[in-house]
Amino acid sequence: MQEELFTSGRNIPNIDPSLEIWHWPISVYLFLGGLAAGLLFFAGLITVLGKDKEYPASVKFASIVSPIALTLGLLALFYDLTHKLYFWRLYTTIRIESPMSWGAWVLLIITPISFLWVMSYYSELFPKWKLKFEFLNTFEKFLQKNRRNMALALIPLSIILGIYTGILLSAFNARPLWNNAILGPLFLVSGLSTGAATIILLAKTAKEKHLFGKIDLILIVIELGLIVHMLMGMYAGSEVQLEAMQLLVGGEFTLMFFGFVIILGLIVPAILELTELIGYKIPVAIPALLVLIGGLVFRFVMVEAGQITRYLY
Amino acid sequence: MRYAMVIDTLKCVGCSDCVVACQTENDVPIGYCRDWITETVNGAYPNIELELKSERCNHCDNAPCVRCCPTGASHQLDNGIVLVTGNECIGCGACIESCPYDARFQHPDGYVDKCTFCHHRLEKGQLPACVSVCPTKCMYFGDLDNPNSEVSQLLKNRKHKTLAPEAGTKPQVYYLI
Repeated sequence: MQEELFTSGRNIPNIDPSLEIWHWPISVYLFLGGLAAGLLFFAGLITVLGKDKEYPASVKFASIVSPIALTLGLLALFYDLTHKLYFWRLYTTIRIESPMSWGAWVLLIITPISFLWVMSYYSELFPKWKLKFEFLNTFEKFLQKNRRNMALALIPLSIILGIYTGILLSAFNARPLWNNAILGPLFLVSGLSTGAATIILLAKTAKEKHLFGKIDLILIVIELGLIVHMLMGMYAGSEVQLEAMQLLVGGEFTLMFFGFVIILGLIVPAILELTELIGYKIPVAIPALLVLIGGLVFRFVMVEAGQITRYLY
Repeated sequence: MRYAMVIDTLKCVGCSDCVVACQTENDVPIGYCRDWITETVNGAYPNIELELKSERCNHCDNAPCVRCCPTGASHQLDNGIVLVTGNECIGCGACIESCPYDARFQHPDGYVDKCTFCHHRLEKGQLPACVSVCPTKCMYFGDLDNPNSEVSQLLKNRKHKTLAPEAGTKPQVYYLI
């Protein structure tokens, strides 16, 4: 048995045991960043494949969501900084070893592209509101010509954005729950899945709903597989990882993780999407919303639970 | 040059003088601290063992806080000391999350703060404040690259440990046991 007391210093509220310094804005940002990554990836992919006329929701309507998500996500990130006025320091250096530096630079590139992408569809999205200045029309024409180039840039950038939201957490070896290499791919797949769900919500044709229903179904199956791998890896891990996993399996986050993320956020929507694809009438908004809520709860569970786990010495 | 600290857990009485000296020397805001005392009881009655020790930033050789800092505010000097430049820090908290020792905290002014091994005192040829005040003289400070220094000799002759070496950080605060 080992009992440890902090006789001075750390038994104070500002240090321990409340070293939880990442709060809700981080979880919200990780969700919005993943969502935007998913939306921009599909917009880019459909455009590069030349199917943009067949699937208008993915390239046009859903793409309005991505700049909004990125802006809100960035505001959340900024809100969580404690030395806010120095945020520009992120852009005076490139630190290859720091995932956050990667993320900051990718966001600096992908956020303007997401706005330009919507701008290139301006006259189709808002036919009633004409642009007042001629140069804006010229600019829109220029963007339309370069849409394929933007799409080509968006595919790798959105994958980096999606994967970085996971690697951001997995790079911290001091938090055993986060410190597993599968978190990057897991967050990417989860982000793509929430992106597909948003496209399903905004799609108008049955054809597009079906295509993204299928894509979402595949992504959910992959995500479930990755979650199983994550838990298996921790089962086979060291003591700190076993303790970390117990928070999710049989600990205080079990209901949130298994109830809201795995069952309501992945298994139930997968079953609903499957029955819908077979031909039964199910409003597709239900599985899509469940996937989105599940994705958000997943970020909250990982961020909150990860900060409780630590090395004991 | 590789600065390191050696703390004799057999001599430490847990008086917290090092904590107070640090708070005074470094103007640590009230409610925060850069070093602290832990009191660990091991075993089951009647075979129990008490260990007292003063803990702080370990100025790791493989410092995860330096690795994950997005702006380079967290950096390591050639002599091994890990420092934070306040006006380069954005207060993102990544270094706090990355530290297995929970040695860092967010200063009320926004930037991240921690033990500096009293870098400003070393430049004047003085010892860190905590070491200089220790009434039992259980703390030693010096250069590990010099085989004749007090710390090198102690680590050569005495049984010692570091905290959470399994975290892979190569901590440079040693505890004699």
